[in-house]
Amino acid sequence: MRKKRRFSSRLFMGLIFVFLYAPIALLIIFSFNSSKSRTVWSGFTLEWYRQLFHDSTIMSSLTTTLSVSVLAAVIATVAGTFAAIGFYNMRRRWQNPLLAVSNIPVINADIVTGVSLCLLFVSLGSLLKFDLGFGTLLIAHVTFNIPYVILSVMPKLRQLDRNLVDAAQDLGCTWMQAFYKVIIPEILPGIINGMMIAFTMSIDDFVISYFTAGSKVQTLSMTIYAMTRKRISPKINAVSTLLFVFVLTMLLIINIREARQEKQLRLKNRTIK
Amino acid sequence: MKLRSLAIPYVGWMAVFVIAPVLIVLGYALTDAAGGLTLANFQKMGEYTAVFSRSFLLAAISTALCLLIGYPAAYLLSREKPRVQRIMLMLIMLPMWMNFLLRTYAWMSILENTGLLNRLLSFLGLPTLNIINTPGAVVIGMVYNFLPFMILPIYSVIVKIDNSLIEAAQDLGAGTASVFRKVIFPLSLPGVLSGITMVFVPAVSTFVISQLLGGGANILLGDLIEMQFLGSAYNPHLGSAIALVMMVIVMLCMWLMNKFGAGEEQAVML
Repeated sequence: MRKKRRFSSRLFMGLIFVFLYAPIALLIIFSFNSSKSRTVWSGFTLEWYRQLFHDSTIMSSLTTTLSVSVLAAVIATVAGTFAAIGFYNMRRRWQNPLLAVSNIPVINADIVTGVSLCLLFVSLGSLLKFDLGFGTLLIAHVTFNIPYVILSVMPKLRQLDRNLVDAAQDLGCTWMQAFYKVIIPEILPGIINGMMIAFTMSIDDFVISYFTAGSKVQTLSMTIYAMTRKRISPKINAVSTLLFVFVLTMLLIINIREARQEKQLRLKNRTIK
Repeated sequence: MKLRSLAIPYVGWMAVFVIAPVLIVLGYALTDAAGGLTLANFQKMGEYTAVFSRSFLLAAISTALCLLIGYPAAYLLSREKPRVQRIMLMLIMLPMWMNFLLRTYAWMSILENTGLLNRLLSFLGLPTLNIINTPGAVVIGMVYNFLPFMILPIYSVIVKIDNSLIEAAQDLGAGTASVFRKVIFPLSLPGVLSGITMVFVPAVSTFVISQLLGGGANILLGDLIEMQFLGSAYNPHLGSAIALVMMVIVMLCMWLMNKFGAGEEQAVML
């Protein structure tokens, strides 16, 4: 009976994974297809991977995506960490409404965030004489990334023992030293986690970029969107496969690291007992 | 200098890039092209009742399907060994890192009239299906894209349920079914609510899925907004009014969730 239940449970999960991975497998398989067809297999080739690096539209949009994601993630991590520490040291009466405002871009539908920022940039642009472009794209990404960093740093701050900061200052640390030597190392896992979330949010974003990048700059998602209106080149399958493999490797490294840390922690706890 | 002043730059940033845009949307929604105060934009929305009802219907069906598939998945996942759980969780999150436009586009190749599904069906001697460019295709696309957003919050709540509660129920004579009905399900409700919000909000506002899988015939609210800003029917005033309605819907969802005690952090961080 139990074995049977276990089997049907695994079968159900298996079906879900087939559903989730079938389109991805298709994309990866057809990045090696020697014809342009999306449904008929006509032989193995690496041609699309070779052509990819000579396609200036794809390469420039890939550069835009990567530079926006990296810059936005780094800026949002620094700003978000400072903001979280600031919020944490406020009274509840101030902290709660500020956190609620900070979460607006997270809870709003992407399209609403996108059009509202678009309207802001257009009206500021006509006032201060600038066009939508890389700058506005970056500002938009930083804006929707910061709340994710705050949300992942906040719980770590709540776990922090307040006495540690006082102790450091009693022992002669300036508040700057207390900040760098006590607070930052304690909340570092939350900061790194926040940066990862911000980076992936940026890389995957289409809707907000679409409304805030203007007509001169294109992210990879925007290039793909423009192509879906006509016909998608297998080169796009190739670049996505490369990105997917990259993310997979990163995730594997993180997971292995976490598993190892947990194991060490468990060993440490056992020796203490 | 105090630590709390570290938040000052971000408070300024929020004023410009979070609050001001919302106010501008409000301003656009309540004015016409000449700048006069008007409610005409909201009246004009009446012309699009069909789009509103289609969006809500399709989003509601997709949310229900996600719950129907996602809840058992989250429950079964939480019963696995920690190692298996970790791997399966990663497998559920991983697809989100493949560009979602492309994943949706891949469904086009599967569902097309000459696509892989129909090829498979005719190979097996079964009648072929006409799915692409129907509301059904849009629902498949939504369920596919948003299913992880249902599984993850429910899972994170179920996995935190204190095991001694379940043991206590069993000691007091409850069978598997009544343990589930009387202990696990009520305790998992906050996760269910945040899952529903996390699926419903993007589903009701999407414009890519409906364009790729629904053809031109199944316009949703997202398409309507997009058309008012970057598309053929340029009218940011009407677009802002619709965006405002959407904001109100989201706030209602959040209010409901807070009322039933699901923390916002839970809702966002898995």
